[in-house]
Amino acid sequence: MRSAVIVFPASNCDRDVAVAIEKISGVKPRMVWHKETALPDADLIVLPGGFSYGDYLRCGAMANRSPIMKDVVAKAKAGTPTLGICNGFQILAESGLLPGVLMRNANLHFVCRTMPLRVENTDTVFTRKYGDGETIEVPVAHHDGNYHADAETLDRLEGEGRVAFRYANDNPNGSQRDIAGIVNQSGNVLGLMPHPERVADAALGGTDGAPLFEALTEALS
Amino acid sequence: MKAHIHITLKKGVLDPEGKAIGNALGSLGFDGVDGVRKGKYITLDIAEADEDKALKQVTQMCEKLLANTVIEDYAIKLEA
Repeated sequence: MRSAVIVFPASNCDRDVAVAIEKISGVKPRMVWHKETALPDADLIVLPGGFSYGDYLRCGAMANRSPIMKDVVAKAKAGTPTLGICNGFQILAESGLLPGVLMRNANLHFVCRTMPLRVENTDTVFTRKYGDGETIEVPVAHHDGNYHADAETLDRLEGEGRVAFRYANDNPNGSQRDIAGIVNQSGNVLGLMPHPERVADAALGGTDGAPLFEALTEALS
Repeated sequence: MKAHIHITLKKGVLDPEGKAIGNALGSLGFDGVDGVRKGKYITLDIAEADEDKALKQVTQMCEKLLANTVIEDYAIKLEA
């Protein structure tokens, strides 16, 4: 599986996700600086977590206008599996690849803890190694994870099975319908606030994130 | 020409920061305060001297970057 991890100024989970991908797929991802204008040949594109551009204006707003994003959007629209974690999810929402917006957490606190998540859709390239309705433990670490979309969009997401992950017990950020992660209509773009790359190795305290990278490796190698 | 741009959350979009600000005003003894909404105010200078063209240009800026129209409204005021 050839993968490309986009690096923005103030991305800070780019190396974590690269380590997880390399460990599980056996292939080192290409790290792509945001000023590049074309992606290398890649089976998977990753927008990592962090605080790109210091969250200036709105989280993800500046990163989405980076030169590389034109090609990211084009490739994602053409079907390349694209994973946005945390800040990556915020960027995908700003780009329009995923609907809605990640707003400031409803309680205004930065939340940093491990949360139980329910896997709601196991029929995507990202989630097929999980069990249907399985609860997994994955850390969140964000200030702007409050997923917001209009009722019509939310109904459509639910109806089309596009809610991939939901907070299983308490909701850390006030997101509508406890949404933690969604996919686009074709199912090849996933955005999620929790960090699967932080629980992809037992040495990190958990392995519940590993099946996501295993599923991608199986499908894309 | 100077452009003044106000960006505010759309009606019906929850504004937890505005709510917290309202609560803080209440605890300072300002009674009867309600409906606090927090927004952004951006000013910029543009070379364009024609008002219609300037308005078009700044509208494009709002649509493409300055506001996220999923949750935000914007209002533009131009000053010669």
